[in-house]
Amino acid sequence: MSKRIGMEVSIAVAEAVKLANADVIAAYPITPQTHIVEHLSELVADGDLDAEYVCVESEHSAMSAVVGASAAGARSYTATASQGLALMHEILFIASSMRLPIVMTVANRALSGPLSIWNDHSDVMASRDCGWIQYFVENGQEAFDHTLIAFRVAEDPEVSLPVIVNLDGFILSHMIEPHVLLDDEEVARYIPPFRPVNRLDPDNPVTMGDFAMPEFYTEVKKSQEMALRNSRATIDKGWQEFAELTGRKYQAVETYKTEGAEILMLSMGALGETASVAVDRMRDQGLPVGLVKLRLWRPFPSDDLLKALGGAKKIVVMDRAISFGAAANPVAAEVTSLLYDTEPRPCIFNSVVGLGGRDVRVEDFEAIVKKAMQGHSYPGPVGDYDLIGVRE
Amino acid sequence: MTSKEKTWTWRDIPVGAVAENPGSSSEYLTGGWRSQRPVFTPDNCVQCGVCYIYCPDASIVMTPEGYPEILLDYCKGCGICARECYMATFGLSCFEMVDEEEFR
Repeated sequence: MSKRIGMEVSIAVAEAVKLANADVIAAYPITPQTHIVEHLSELVADGDLDAEYVCVESEHSAMSAVVGASAAGARSYTATASQGLALMHEILFIASSMRLPIVMTVANRALSGPLSIWNDHSDVMASRDCGWIQYFVENGQEAFDHTLIAFRVAEDPEVSLPVIVNLDGFILSHMIEPHVLLDDEEVARYIPPFRPVNRLDPDNPVTMGDFAMPEFYTEVKKSQEMALRNSRATIDKGWQEFAELTGRKYQAVETYKTEGAEILMLSMGALGETASVAVDRMRDQGLPVGLVKLRLWRPFPSDDLLKALGGAKKIVVMDRAISFGAAANPVAAEVTSLLYDTEPRPCIFNSVVGLGGRDVRVEDFEAIVKKAMQGHSYPGPVGDYDLIGVRE
Repeated sequence: MTSKEKTWTWRDIPVGAVAENPGSSSEYLTGGWRSQRPVFTPDNCVQCGVCYIYCPDASIVMTPEGYPEILLDYCKGCGICARECYMATFGLSCFEMVDEEEFR
């Protein structure tokens, strides 16, 4: 199937879950995720998707329900945002520790307070270390594709880990965009039947999610950490097989006009599309600027990023969340730590943009880059960053 | 936890740290957590079995003669048996909590 269909991104994501033939969906509606689960409940109610749709009373229960469903061997899906993700927090860690291949869409939204229903990344950054594989997608097609890719990767017996697909709330979730969908037969070829590594089976009983004495906990954590790090090979395989199926190629780190660039911007999620327009404009003005886009957030693609950023004199890292009182904001902290040993060490700038739905325009990227071009030399003051557009 | 598992490296941990031998918690000896030990006085006992019911760790079993027996491999020394004992109402609890160091 190669016809482009205009569709709201949330609906496309729900259609991907249907194509993946999920068995159990447990979700609680929260803006801006609502349309995804609303459409899924319609699909189940209309008999278009043979799944159990569990109407839970909170996100804590939603995540608990999919943990149980996945442990019983069901292909399980949920979606949330902001406060909903925060309410799931403790169960996120249990899902990854139990190695349950749950797939979750997070329609990224600012955390309260003050209450904001609009986009930023503060929700997922607060749950950053939950041990899930985490993608950030840039547009509707990527959101649809990565919902399928997430099931393929999560359930691979070599991985057996839960996956979050982050998509920017409203900016992506509520946009109507062209999507090339897949048909059932293509998806069935791409995502094999779910064969869980562990399953609650009365004939072969095991204890899942039990306790560990200090003699065990460290070994269990190392085993979990290695599973996430080693998942990278299967993540790449997931993209490669998807490219063979659809022709759409993805990788952990993507570059845009980075050749000969002296200054690079680094973005995650929907910012990339606007930033690439800014790069086009600045390249037309003769400025040596390029863009690096981070699609895979966990496991962190260090080698790919080192390669992509190598040679740049200046790097501007875009964060869509503040890490209050920290030495650097989440993405900048990671990138700075990664580049510490590079010779010569590039000058790193950090811009926090788009908090709580503040619009980020092409002109903002141009201003950020132009400021960095004349900017101070490394190292700047600890924790120094620009909060773009803030009224001083 | 058996002695074999105590030597496990992280590579030996089953996926998701599942216990492949369910119902094996009796292999975890928790008696070492105890700082006080319940000491039984048979003369006070009316064989009511309240201590057996209240013990949160199932560390009390009833003997064929109808008296409680503390399983010291598992008893964490919480003292609930001593407090809930019916005879404690009369100041004659069947159990006295004694510091573990007295037994060294």
